[in-house]
Amino acid sequence: MSTKPVTGIESRKTDRQDAWWIEPLFTVLSLGLFGLYAFWVALNRQHYEYGPYLSPFYSIPLPGVHAKDLDWLAISPAFLVLWIPLGFRATCYYYRKAYYRAFFWDPPACAVPELRKAYKGERAFPFVLNNLHRYFWYLSVPVVAFLWYDAIKAFFFEDGFGIGVGSLIMLGNVILLSYYTFSCHAWRHLAGGCLNCMSKHKTRYTLWQRISRINESHGFWGVVSMLSVWFTDVYIRLCSMGTITDIRLF
Amino acid sequence: MSTVTFRVFRGDRNGGELKDYTIEVQEGMVVLDAIHQIQAEQAPDLACRWNCKAGKCGSCGAEVNGKPTLMCMTRLDTLDTSKPVTVRPMKTFPVIRDLATDVKWNYEANKKIKPFTPAPNTDWIMFQEDVDRVQEFRKCIECFLCQNVCHVLREHDEKTGFIGPRLLVRTASLEMHPLDVENRLDMLKNEGGIGYCNITKCCTEVCPEHIHITDNAIIPLKERVVDEYYDPILGFFRRLFGSKKQTQAPSSGQAADD
Repeated sequence: MSTKPVTGIESRKTDRQDAWWIEPLFTVLSLGLFGLYAFWVALNRQHYEYGPYLSPFYSIPLPGVHAKDLDWLAISPAFLVLWIPLGFRATCYYYRKAYYRAFFWDPPACAVPELRKAYKGERAFPFVLNNLHRYFWYLSVPVVAFLWYDAIKAFFFEDGFGIGVGSLIMLGNVILLSYYTFSCHAWRHLAGGCLNCMSKHKTRYTLWQRISRINESHGFWGVVSMLSVWFTDVYIRLCSMGTITDIRLF
Repeated sequence: MSTVTFRVFRGDRNGGELKDYTIEVQEGMVVLDAIHQIQAEQAPDLACRWNCKAGKCGSCGAEVNGKPTLMCMTRLDTLDTSKPVTVRPMKTFPVIRDLATDVKWNYEANKKIKPFTPAPNTDWIMFQEDVDRVQEFRKCIECFLCQNVCHVLREHDEKTGFIGPRLLVRTASLEMHPLDVENRLDMLKNEGGIGYCNITKCCTEVCPEHIHITDNAIIPLKERVVDEYYDPILGFFRRLFGSKKQTQAPSSGQAADD
């Protein structure tokens, strides 16, 4: 029989033998790379349009306003859009879990010790602002509505109705974004979660049930919709640069 | 039959050490079986709390290879037994002896939650859709693994200003009850410390009853606290039209524990 003393230093380690660090590493890489890409796209101000296709980064949520009309602005028109999805995702309950674990190590993984001692959670600035998530949801709904408008417009080419690979990519992107937006925890609460007597509100109860079903995969929708925004922009950018040719299916 | 080494914590609240015990294991064994075998063959004074061996009493919570879990629900074939298997007591609570911890803080903190309070002359008829959510919370077996893994309690020892996921689940079961009229939002925001929770979902990951603690209890409670304290537009309409929520228990005193 051998013995191993339990020391104070040992309490700062974890006994976990699995690869707990993969998830925070993936989060740092995916969110970091996407953030850098989005910032570069916003500063770039070129190749965001090809035929009827418009990059989601430049979809201005104002009726009749196109990003091209705002070339006179000192800042990129993309910044008029990006603060809304950025705020929505930064205050999202799924992304909160992801970045608290990956960037702040609060904690990096379950039962793994943290690096810092001081912790106030979401009781103090800046993280108390996460309580404003529902307001970013209100703002995100029109953004998604305009993305639907752009996705439908992507089926109307100069020679009339048609289906290109880009049209399908834009449609897929807006479907994923809609799933992400309408599986939101704040929307689930506002739709019916705030009620105690569901039987007295049948319509809201049905709505709440449907939101609850897609809410179970809210994190999945969050990740795939982020990747689809990136992919849609890359596709349109490469078409616009002449690197690839958009294929018309119909 | 194979040989496996278990590195088990031996000691009390003043400290202790990990001791290695090598035993022969059989197919189908769980960690609790191995601990019982160590008790029977090598260390009759090894303390460990257990009762049902079926994942329903919530007594045998421990940390196996660093993961909070019920020993009776952790099969050895899910662990890498080529290396020593470490078994420690739950870190968040004071050790009484070896693997047994003192969880009485949970019962003290529970006193902060106002009990079930129906309205006077309540009609006790309820519909299934009204109690679906609450029934999920009633699956809790009070193993306190969620309390143990919660970093607010585990790392920051915030046991005065935070009640932890188990008690947030209990509060949710009362707040969402169709016949309850008490308001616990002030408790949640202040002495309950719901703002300490940063939704890292470890409580949900370790729950042996698979209760969606974060998505179905804590986040809905956080949203109710936002309704009351952080939503200026809703606050404006509440002041304009009056709140439907009762802030005081009815004076008839029909309070009853749930």
